[in-house]
Amino acid sequence: MSRVPALVIAGPGTNRDRDVEMALDLAGADARIVLANELINSPRHLDDARLAVVAGGFSYADSLGAGRMLALDLTLGLGDRLHTFVGRGRPLLGICNGFQVLSRTSLLPGSLGHNAQGAFDCRWVVLEHAPKSNSIWTNEIDDTIHCPIAHGEGRYVHPDHVSLEAAGQVALRYRSTNPNGSVGDIAGVSDPTGLVLGLMPHPENHIVVRQHPHHQRGGGGSAHLGLRIFEAGVAHANQL
Amino acid sequence: MTIRSVDPDPRISRITAAASALGFARLGRIAIADLVHIEGDLSDVDLQRMHSLLVDPLLQMGTWNIPSGRAVEIGLLPGVTDTSADAVHRAADALGLDIDHASTGLRVEFDDQLDEASMRTIVTRLLVNPIVERWADGTIQPTHPNSDDATGVARTIAVRDLDDASLAAINAERSLYLDPEELRVIQRHFASLDRDPTDVEIETLAQTWSEHCAHKTFRAIVNATEPGDTEATERSPLMHQLRSCTDAIAAPFVRSAFVGNAGVVEFRKGTTLALKAETHNHPSAVEPFGGANTGVGGVIRDILGIAHKPIAVTDILCFGPTDLPLSELPEGSLHPQRVEAGVIGGIADYGNKIGLPTVAGAILYDPAYTTNPLVFAGCIGTAPSRPLHVGPHPGDRVIVLGGATGRDGIRGATFSSATMDATTGEVAGASVQIGDPIVEKLLIDVLVGAEDMYSAITDCGAGGLSSAIGEMAEGIGANVDLTLVPRKYPGLEPWEVWLSEAQERMVVSVPPRAVSALANRCAMHGVNWSDVGSFTGDGILVVRNGEEVVAELDSAFLHDGRPQRRMDASMPDPQRNGATSRVVDDPEKSLLALLRHPNIASKAATIHRYDHEILGATLVRPLVGAASDGPADGVVLAQPTDQHGIAIGIGVNPWFGLHDPEAMAFAAVDEAVRNVVAVGADPDRIALLDNFSWGDPRRKSTMGDLVAAVDGCCAAAFMFNAPFVSGKDSLNNEYIGGDGERHAVPPTLVITAVGDVPDADRCVTPDLLTPGNILMLIGSTEMEFAGSHFDLVHGVPDNPGVVPAPDTDAAIHYRHLHAAIQAGLIVSCHDVSEGGLAVALAEMCIGGRLGATINNLPHDDLATALFSESIGRIIVEVEERSTPAFLRIMDDDAVILGEVSESGLLSLPDIEPIPVSDLVDAFNSRIDAVTASFDETGGTTLATTERYEANNTDTDQADERRPDQRGNGKRGTL
Repeated sequence: MSRVPALVIAGPGTNRDRDVEMALDLAGADARIVLANELINSPRHLDDARLAVVAGGFSYADSLGAGRMLALDLTLGLGDRLHTFVGRGRPLLGICNGFQVLSRTSLLPGSLGHNAQGAFDCRWVVLEHAPKSNSIWTNEIDDTIHCPIAHGEGRYVHPDHVSLEAAGQVALRYRSTNPNGSVGDIAGVSDPTGLVLGLMPHPENHIVVRQHPHHQRGGGGSAHLGLRIFEAGVAHANQL
Repeated sequence: MTIRSVDPDPRISRITAAASALGFARLGRIAIADLVHIEGDLSDVDLQRMHSLLVDPLLQMGTWNIPSGRAVEIGLLPGVTDTSADAVHRAADALGLDIDHASTGLRVEFDDQLDEASMRTIVTRLLVNPIVERWADGTIQPTHPNSDDATGVARTIAVRDLDDASLAAINAERSLYLDPEELRVIQRHFASLDRDPTDVEIETLAQTWSEHCAHKTFRAIVNATEPGDTEATERSPLMHQLRSCTDAIAAPFVRSAFVGNAGVVEFRKGTTLALKAETHNHPSAVEPFGGANTGVGGVIRDILGIAHKPIAVTDILCFGPTDLPLSELPEGSLHPQRVEAGVIGGIADYGNKIGLPTVAGAILYDPAYTTNPLVFAGCIGTAPSRPLHVGPHPGDRVIVLGGATGRDGIRGATFSSATMDATTGEVAGASVQIGDPIVEKLLIDVLVGAEDMYSAITDCGAGGLSSAIGEMAEGIGANVDLTLVPRKYPGLEPWEVWLSEAQERMVVSVPPRAVSALANRCAMHGVNWSDVGSFTGDGILVVRNGEEVVAELDSAFLHDGRPQRRMDASMPDPQRNGATSRVVDDPEKSLLALLRHPNIASKAATIHRYDHEILGATLVRPLVGAASDGPADGVVLAQPTDQHGIAIGIGVNPWFGLHDPEAMAFAAVDEAVRNVVAVGADPDRIALLDNFSWGDPRRKSTMGDLVAAVDGCCAAAFMFNAPFVSGKDSLNNEYIGGDGERHAVPPTLVITAVGDVPDADRCVTPDLLTPGNILMLIGSTEMEFAGSHFDLVHGVPDNPGVVPAPDTDAAIHYRHLHAAIQAGLIVSCHDVSEGGLAVALAEMCIGGRLGATINNLPHDDLATALFSESIGRIIVEVEERSTPAFLRIMDDDAVILGEVSESGLLSLPDIEPIPVSDLVDAFNSRIDAVTASFDETGGTTLATTERYEANNTDTDQADERRPDQRGNGKRGTL
């Protein structure tokens, strides 16, 4: 099986691009980090890739609101090319700041506000996939996913999350304590096609079992790896 | 544009909580809005477009109408870094809108319930820091940096004909902080040149010769008088002693020690590690957020400045008591609560944004740190093994990379070398910098991988370009033009450009053929660069402003012309005999009080604000165990695909230092080494960093304490065969209060140990694992209570006795323990430190959520057995069937204490068993307090303890919970 060409999109201040690259490579993709500027200058990178991830971090230092400036760059610079990418059936993932960016384009519903407790928070969480989810990234995963969060603006806001769920667009929920006040404990949402996923937690930081904080105590294990999400995306892209 | 949150703004509850901590119970209704001021000729359509960019309708409401009502508005002082305003400019550009100026601010609205005086106190004590901000009643008018053109000329400072008093006057007027002898040497130097210095020259000399840059005290010849002697003995400089010690240890893995920006070691063939820890005390005292923020930024640049990729950040913080009554707060000082919040916020902001895990650390509290908080920030970097850069070479270009230069941080090096007083905040305003971590992140992106494009690199830290270019030009000379340095705004005089400590700048020397390659890399990452001149080869540092030469200094005089100091030291006479015990009325009460003590209690509220997961390499985290809330000894970093890793440990105990600085230093080294060994590091592959924060060394006793501490460092380094590779001293951490009294910090030595972990799958943490396992103690327990936390809790008796003495068996014990860890015999282990054996056992129980039954104590005296802080001790958990093998490796040098139990109780001999849940509550008591001050105060229906547990639910347990139990009231707290 040939490796799936994948793009990791990074803006100025994106800082988990290498973590994502490693996760994708481990999941069987051939990942390449591309800067937003580079992508805007040569959008053909999107033609060559069969999967793309907007990685997390603090693009433009979160100035004027997380993800806003990079979303502006991508919207003005790429026009509807990201939509076309998805229109061709290719999976797109936004993690943390990447989720914030995609939520500020029209690719994902809702918004992400400041954590309800008002501070950046880094801790491990447990995620379950929502039963009706349409997401190609999560709907084949039976076990819970364990991975850390690390964000200050992760409170998911949507005016009608019940309808969103009915439409299959709620992909992941916090099964441990809701760490940020997200409506309906929502940790990740999809677009109507299920190809685009945005989530606040960082599955790319749980790609080998010993990264789990309770590994030495017998906790975690391969069924709960965040890597499973990347594997699902790569498997889908592989069928294209 | 005024922007308000649709949902409750969490900043409001933070203000309410902080105000109530200061005694303001009834604040009435408070509202907050963000302000964006834009100046420009904009149409209604333009305004609408800006509106949709600035305001997210699901989260915010925004209006261009000017608000009214009772309020204050806060803005940054002109010239202070405003990254949001920069973003507004950028966004306007992207949208094709033409704006002249942008600035941002905050609006805080009060209702009539709050009286005027209270409102003003809240604004000045909690909301505004006049060092970087200004405020106004009602609405604030945006201002811009003065854009008047600079004169562009350097002033001549006539010094040749002055007497000492007049030299001293110039010294004071320009805040040079030079010694009288240094002033005379400068005077003679220019007399021999037959001219007077320019302001640029004199400021350059003051920066380069500052304590901060030149480490005059550590380089001074010491005249040490032993207690009881009348004659002083001459001793070599302290820095020389530390270096000689490293040379004598001759560890095969040291690549570079005490040279350049950081120490370099090579534990694994093919990969080097750069290690550095810095202090940023004075800036953090006057502007905690900016000070700590740029402290982190600075130490990261140190790692970049030795051509390594930063991989982790450490922080050790010392604050005054956060419950200090306002009436006891010395004039001109910020309240410890505010210092703590600002410093932690500043570290979190920089580390999280730049994308480095903030891993190891400590937080200490003592009244002596109220006026002089201490901030130690460290950074570790990695690189493929390669020869160190040996440039610059004549003909190389002088390239400045990164941020533009403004009036920020002028004279920081001299400021941080001075004693503070009640007016420091006012005069030091210009010394404070605000960081922009994204700019530095981009610098990392440019520089990592560009190592072939430059011949030398250094960071712009204290002294700005004057020290960066000045240091690089040592022995070779340079010719630079200040007009080529990019400015944030016009109006900067030459000396200001030359000295500015504007952040996020690096200087590289680039062979002319490589300039375009570097320029392309900069363009790709959006990093500014400018070619400001060249290295010449004539040994003269020439600084021009266009055509006009504003400084012409012989680099030999600049770097070697400073007269060597002689420092008088009166050596301490610590009590080494006559141990005293303590009366323990109620051991359980003492143990719980120790667990609640701010130095020992959980730091979870802080740790969770740092991203310690990024890069995926943090294997042993600062918090470990069944509920991820037990303290770890050291942290371990290992790349997800690597078998080996590195461990980082910290040792610090200023309270020992008050009694016996030499023993304190030994104990700090021992603790740092012990912490990394306990987690899995090889005791034969450990490198050390020293960071001294001390009082004024011109006082003989303070200097004597420093000399004694260096003796202790060297003795310990020899014993553990662990070399120092880098260090930093911050002296004059004193404050002269409005009352004229001096307040000095206790002798605070932070030791950072970095060790090689040969097998990342064999890391050990302190959380108990299996009932029935045997608990054993390594190391001997003596009656050593001076400087103990038992005394911090119960008060220091008239005769405090002795501080823990060096344990000469420790080095061999650690080697044996490491062998046992490598053999897979150690299930868990924990070093015994603050609070003694009882606290260490309690922490192991907390980590494992298991009990322990102890039936054998290591000393006949109960107080000593439980609470003495003898060093060199480690508790281990071993399976019963492994105990013979373990004892064989240890040469039988370990005592059995008892065993792990399922009871949920910590039972100690002759003491009523203590429920582990009580230990957990005591240990976590401060999290509630701290979390609450950053939490919603209204609208929550839960007790803080419940909220805490809910937030820390074991991820495994959470899995076992059925979904329908999720709404059991432990949720919905936010």
